[in-house]
Amino acid sequence: MRSGETFDDKFIQVRLPTLTRLFKAGGPMSLLKSILVFFCLFAGLTGQAFAQADAESLRNLVNELAKGKYAETEQQIEALVATGNPAAAPVLKALGVGNLYFRKSDNAVFIARKSGKTFVLTDPLTLEPTGEAGKREIKKIKVNNKLRRVVRAALGSLTLQAPDPEVRRSAASAIFKAKDPDSIPALNVAIAAETDDGVLKVMEQARAAAVLNSDLDASDKLAAVATLSEMGNRDALSLLIGLQSTAEGDLRDAAVSAAAKIEKSIAAWDTAQNVWYGLSLGSVLLLAAIGLAITFGVMGVINMAHGEMVMIGAYTTFVVQELIRTSAPGLFEYSLLIALPLAFLTSGVIGIGIERGVIRWLYGRPLETLLATWGISLILQQAVRSLFGPTNREVGNPDWMSGAFELGQMTITYNRMWIIVFALVVFAALMLVLKKTPFGLYTRAVTQNRRMAASMGIRTPWIDALTFGLGSGIAGVAGVALSQIDNVSPNLGQGYIIDSFMVVVFGGVGNLWGTLVGAMTLGVVNKFLEPYAGAVLGKIFVLVFIILFIQKRPRGLFALKGRAVEA
Amino acid sequence: MMSSFLFRAMDARAGIFLAILGAAIILVPASNLLVPENSPFHVPTYAVTLMGKYLTYALLALAVDLVWGYCGILSLGHAAFFALGGYAMGMYLMRQIGTRGVYGDPILPDFMVFLNWQDLPWYWSGFDMFWFAAVMILLVPGALAFIFGWFAFRSRVTGVYLSIITQALTYALLLAFFRNDMGFGGNNGLTDFKDILGFDIQADTTRAGLFAASGLALVVCFLICRAVTRSKLGKVLVAVRDAESRTRFLGYRVEHYKLFVWTLSAMMAGIAGALYVPQVGIINPGEFAPANSIEVVIWVAVGGRGTLVGAVLGAVLVNFAKTWFTAALPDIWLFALGGLFVVVTLFLPKGIVGTISGGWTALRQRKISSDYEKGSDEPPSTPPQSPSAPANIIHCEPVARFPGTTKPQPAE
Repeated sequence: MRSGETFDDKFIQVRLPTLTRLFKAGGPMSLLKSILVFFCLFAGLTGQAFAQADAESLRNLVNELAKGKYAETEQQIEALVATGNPAAAPVLKALGVGNLYFRKSDNAVFIARKSGKTFVLTDPLTLEPTGEAGKREIKKIKVNNKLRRVVRAALGSLTLQAPDPEVRRSAASAIFKAKDPDSIPALNVAIAAETDDGVLKVMEQARAAAVLNSDLDASDKLAAVATLSEMGNRDALSLLIGLQSTAEGDLRDAAVSAAAKIEKSIAAWDTAQNVWYGLSLGSVLLLAAIGLAITFGVMGVINMAHGEMVMIGAYTTFVVQELIRTSAPGLFEYSLLIALPLAFLTSGVIGIGIERGVIRWLYGRPLETLLATWGISLILQQAVRSLFGPTNREVGNPDWMSGAFELGQMTITYNRMWIIVFALVVFAALMLVLKKTPFGLYTRAVTQNRRMAASMGIRTPWIDALTFGLGSGIAGVAGVALSQIDNVSPNLGQGYIIDSFMVVVFGGVGNLWGTLVGAMTLGVVNKFLEPYAGAVLGKIFVLVFIILFIQKRPRGLFALKGRAVEA
Repeated sequence: MMSSFLFRAMDARAGIFLAILGAAIILVPASNLLVPENSPFHVPTYAVTLMGKYLTYALLALAVDLVWGYCGILSLGHAAFFALGGYAMGMYLMRQIGTRGVYGDPILPDFMVFLNWQDLPWYWSGFDMFWFAAVMILLVPGALAFIFGWFAFRSRVTGVYLSIITQALTYALLLAFFRNDMGFGGNNGLTDFKDILGFDIQADTTRAGLFAASGLALVVCFLICRAVTRSKLGKVLVAVRDAESRTRFLGYRVEHYKLFVWTLSAMMAGIAGALYVPQVGIINPGEFAPANSIEVVIWVAVGGRGTLVGAVLGAVLVNFAKTWFTAALPDIWLFALGGLFVVVTLFLPKGIVGTISGGWTALRQRKISSDYEKGSDEPPSTPPQSPSAPANIIHCEPVARFPGTTKPQPAE
């Protein structure tokens, strides 16, 4: 049955470059969608390099499909599968979706597609176009639901031996879903030949699923239960639960205990996943709030334009990427790294401008500051809207920011992971600046006792301006990160401003550690509420919780103590 | 003699204001209904509705001024009370639609039929009666304000913190009302009203009537606010605004005063919302947006916080400008509004009315002192300030002064 196997494998290694070229040249192919991509894979395999005899016998088998009723068709399909020749896959696929026709004149089988009044014919094995045919000249090879199932299973077994491990893996997953006992022999062969560990595992799981669905004896099924129990995900769980209701004796006990074990591990992984999502949300909150923790927390300035600083950072990223696209496409991978200092400077300079122009006249009048900065935020929003238009702007993800990887049962996307890392780095850098540099020392001195600091020769107005600039700049840097996960539009900032204030107030004004703890707590709490209450209600609960919390501790989680509080 | 003149001047200002308002209540509907359409004195119906809308905004501004201008509570959540009053009215109007809705269900509003709801939720019952809806318009915002204020003032949450949690309150309500499960029409809100108290809501006469009702509500609330601010209670409120701790040390239960005026203000905002909804014909969760609340504050700031007339004037002026700008120069509007925030806070902290009246007072005082120097036998007297005088807003200094008190405080 698998006489050509070793030959196939060598052949594949030779042909692979051609295959990749075929894929890359796939521009016009995109019309015919993914099915044809699949076809092309095999088109490359079925070229003239195939042994003439093989091709000849296969064609005969294919042409056989033109004859007979459903029962015969089923046998013919089995014969095709028995060749183990992947070239038969497109034929079966076309048969399954009802695109396989035969010409009445010579009983030759074609894949046909309707195009206007005629049909475009494609050779089922070479996949080359072979002209057109009128409606009368050809006839569809009929399939019923039973045949479709047979075709699916047949395709599964055929593709189990495909050269591409990804194809093999998806074939095995398909069998896992179908749980078709008939594919066990094919799986056995495939498992014996499999070299890729990952694919081997999927195949074994598929086999276990099929075994449970078959009438094999209990010892085989017990082994299958063990395999599924190791697999430990939801699919395995649903299989085992299904088994509980049908099986008896030892098998049933094994299924029950395995299901319980899986349930436990799934619950643990779910918790881990929730914590991860929560940390991810918390890091976004932290990024948005940390600049505010400086301007509001340390300086006591209510900066309602804070969200707009974030937005400006995001737009800086957009401008940087546009410049890179037009002048230096090779630097695209580094666009975010280039945007970071620029966003810091842009937002920081605008922040210093706001402080010098407006806020410094309003020190000691927090409510007026709130209103004036709200006005500034409106102006900045409209300015950005006039410059860049009201629609969302596309900010691309570099390769290292896109994609995901699996950790156990969790899926971790790279952009979320990098944002968590980035938020923590920004936090650490800010702590370092405030605690270890002369500038940080001056800032703290001015915050704690302005007059004394001035008496010691610190130029307090400059420190005010620079601190405000620092807070704004950090917001700009946050904007670079948030541009990767949010829509870059003039309204970007508004979405964060309330959350940011909540985080700062919750964590405790004037305390950066409080902001960190506050952001992460709110993030995690929010994500844990979501499954029970839904996203919106969860958020409402969090807001109500904060409102109540402020009643209890008006100065936040980590309140500053001492004289500074009353100032 | 001088002081009584000034008192009369203060009264005159309120009198002029009420006279103008009264004239508008009579003349605008009259010129809409009685004057023929081709006459230059005819006021088109859309303008009546627009002005009616301004009046409800003015009422909202009055409510904000009462708490911010006189009691120092900067609420960034008054739109929540406004919208709650609006929803109560909207629920009444929805129930009035009856079988005239798209689905023709006699009891359920269209959106509930659309969502496959079988029964009317319990909180919708009773809203088919106007008196019940009217009570709810006062009760729902009032109760929310009472509960919120009871917690907040008792815990002595003040200043910026209070502002931020009021904003959180309205934001939470915004999110809640967006949910379809809440039973308030979700994103689309309540709309497609047919009639109010049996009158067709689209008819010119109804529109004129709603305008007059808004005007009357404004007059009544103005008088209430005036009564409150001119009473002893009003003086305590101003004291709380200027020196909360000291007022507390003097033995006043500051939180009770605050709670009273806060709840009163919320109810007024609710009335404003209830009058707003039939005139614009829709209420949706967008009314809860925190930005709306902040906009109300700027109306008050422009007109003059701590002056009741100023709040009304500011609301009408800013909204008139908004209508004009958004039609003529839509791109400029946000620049103008933003600029207004900045300019008013930097250069006009007392607002229009406050600045003019402050200038007027200064002028008079200069005249008095120059008269005295010339040998006038009248003794100079500092004009006693009534609470309806421009608020003497004091910043920065930790030692705040009571406006108009000359007696030494026991604490000093």
